[in-house]
Amino acid sequence: MPDPLSRAIRWDTVVGALLLVLLLLSFSFVDGFGNALNLSFLIGNTLPIAMIALPMTLLVVAGEIDLSVASTAGLSGAVLGRLWNEGMAIETIIPLCLLLGVVCGLVNGLLVTRLGLPSLAVTIGTLAAYRGIAQIVLGADAVTDFPAQYLDFAAGRIGNTFLPRAFVPYLVLLAIAVLVLHATPFGRSLFAVGAGEEAARFAGIRVKRARLLLFTATGFMAALTGVFWALHYASARYDNATGLELSVVAAVLLGGVDFDGGRGTLGGAVAGVFLLGALGNVMSLLSVSAQSQIVVTGVLLVVSVLGPRVARRISVARAGRRAASTPAPSLASPS
Amino acid sequence: MRKSSLRRACAAVAAVASLSLAATACGGTTKNDVEESGGGATAPTGRADPHAPLKKGLTVGFLPKQVNNPYFTSADKGGQKALTELGSAYKEVGPNSATDTSGQVSYVNTLTQQQVDAMAVSAQDPGALCTALKQAMSNGIKVVTYDSDTKPECRNAFVSQAGAEDLGRTEVQLLAEQIGYKGEIAILSAAQTATNQNTWIGYMKDELKDPKYKNVKLVKVAYGNDDAQQSFQQTQGLLQQYPDLKGIIAPTTVGIKAAAQYLSGSRYKGKVKLTGLGTPNDMRRYIKNGTVDAFELWDPARLGELAARTAVALASGQITGKAGETFEAGAMGTFTLGEDGVISLGKPTVFDAGNIDRFDF
Repeated sequence: MPDPLSRAIRWDTVVGALLLVLLLLSFSFVDGFGNALNLSFLIGNTLPIAMIALPMTLLVVAGEIDLSVASTAGLSGAVLGRLWNEGMAIETIIPLCLLLGVVCGLVNGLLVTRLGLPSLAVTIGTLAAYRGIAQIVLGADAVTDFPAQYLDFAAGRIGNTFLPRAFVPYLVLLAIAVLVLHATPFGRSLFAVGAGEEAARFAGIRVKRARLLLFTATGFMAALTGVFWALHYASARYDNATGLELSVVAAVLLGGVDFDGGRGTLGGAVAGVFLLGALGNVMSLLSVSAQSQIVVTGVLLVVSVLGPRVARRISVARAGRRAASTPAPSLASPS
Repeated sequence: MRKSSLRRACAAVAAVASLSLAATACGGTTKNDVEESGGGATAPTGRADPHAPLKKGLTVGFLPKQVNNPYFTSADKGGQKALTELGSAYKEVGPNSATDTSGQVSYVNTLTQQQVDAMAVSAQDPGALCTALKQAMSNGIKVVTYDSDTKPECRNAFVSQAGAEDLGRTEVQLLAEQIGYKGEIAILSAAQTATNQNTWIGYMKDELKDPKYKNVKLVKVAYGNDDAQQSFQQTQGLLQQYPDLKGIIAPTTVGIKAAAQYLSGSRYKGKVKLTGLGTPNDMRRYIKNGTVDAFELWDPARLGELAARTAVALASGQITGKAGETFEAGAMGTFTLGEDGVISLGKPTVFDAGNIDRFDF
């Protein structure tokens, strides 16, 4: 779709524009929004969602979903706390936690690809299982006494700027994810896999291997998020990050990634993540009650599922009017 | 063939890499290093002037564990009443769920951004709020915790609902008397991580070590997560699992109400004793219909009021949070700060058929 108007009407562009509008309005009209401290709060609180959203976008584009991410994060935090209590060095614990995340992701991936089970069912199951294991590992403890330099890294900001220290490594991860999805044959094959598994297989794409890789990457990122969460909030507990999976899925869908697979961009997903984060921050500053905030988020979610479909209808209609003879636009890569 | 050997090589490289990573990390930072480097409580700065006038026109933000919880509604109303009386403004923010730690952190940040003069916080977690609360204090905001504390260095003062030890021990005493010092008992708590609940349960277990309870056996601690339905089901489960159960202690207002609801509709009514922490308005009908003999609680409205008065005293400079400082809390009388800036509301009240109609909260 080279036509600039069709591009402008694409949902991820709409979300990006909404984010910009919200930021501009908030800077001008919301007391306490624009200063560095508040912006660092906003970004810091949104980072866990933003981190998991990266592999989740790839996964949803490939037509799968992982609802066990928050439990994996909780498990990773619980193991972090337990091993720390056992007196192990944190430099050893963190890689072990990440390895555990890889294992969690592999289990999901193998169940989906080898047994052919739907990922929704598998990961609802492991959502409960991983959380249960986390509770067994750490019990009721809340471990808080992590070394100051790690806590500072996870919760501090760069000098007096609005950027949390952990934002720089996040940007690197984001760049990697964007490159993988939008600039490699592997990434482009994910769109084909999500759009039609059979077709992708006949085109020579190794569908199962791609999905296994994605689940593993998601498990890894979930575990990394769990470590970040525990250090950011200086609290490792078995129920850390409860419910985070819904925020991630909501943000990714809001960013225009199609729940049925085959469509979406990382830019849209990240815009969706920060749109929800900024909205929450602004509503809190304006003293909107927690109940009303939930309503607003819910309405946005419904809009986010409807929006892209409407946007697509419009652009398909435009394309159809323009060139009735040419076939419908390609399913894949928007880049 | 070639592919599988490649895969094997990759696995070997990964294994070696992770092993070497683990090996090099052996000289890393452990729990012991952190303990050695100290990092104890920082002493509150500034000097207290007990005769400083109480400031007016302050804004105090209340941040309960959960906003729609009747217990916190009652406590925060007490705070609101006191603040109105003192000529200051009250506001309440907070998460919808009692386990939404990150939500609570962002509300602390919000109050910091709104530059309130003081905040009264009931912490969901002893550690998670620390960074945010320290940031608030460094922005000149006074921090009081009430109902559930954080680590001492993360707030100026803690208003305790009653000595944790008093509460834990008296609940065991109440129940033991009701079951004639004999039989199996269970505890129905809130969240498994709730700081205050776990402290009380610790004292309950300690009290049970006394020889006079040698025939009383604690068989299980169940968790209802301060959710009516879950607490109801946990009670059901306890009675199925332990048919000889003689009594239940529910040190949570949501839990005791749900347990009473279950018992009053079952064949265990009057046979299995129930006690713990409840509010008179919740428990009145179960006292009247014979399900519950007696339970106890502090007055949450008084707790909220004391939290508000402590916040204003801190913001006015009458106290700084050091042990030994005293301040006047209006009609509530004079309070003295204990070790680590803990202010105790006093002994809990026991409610039974004889006195329950005198209370309305």
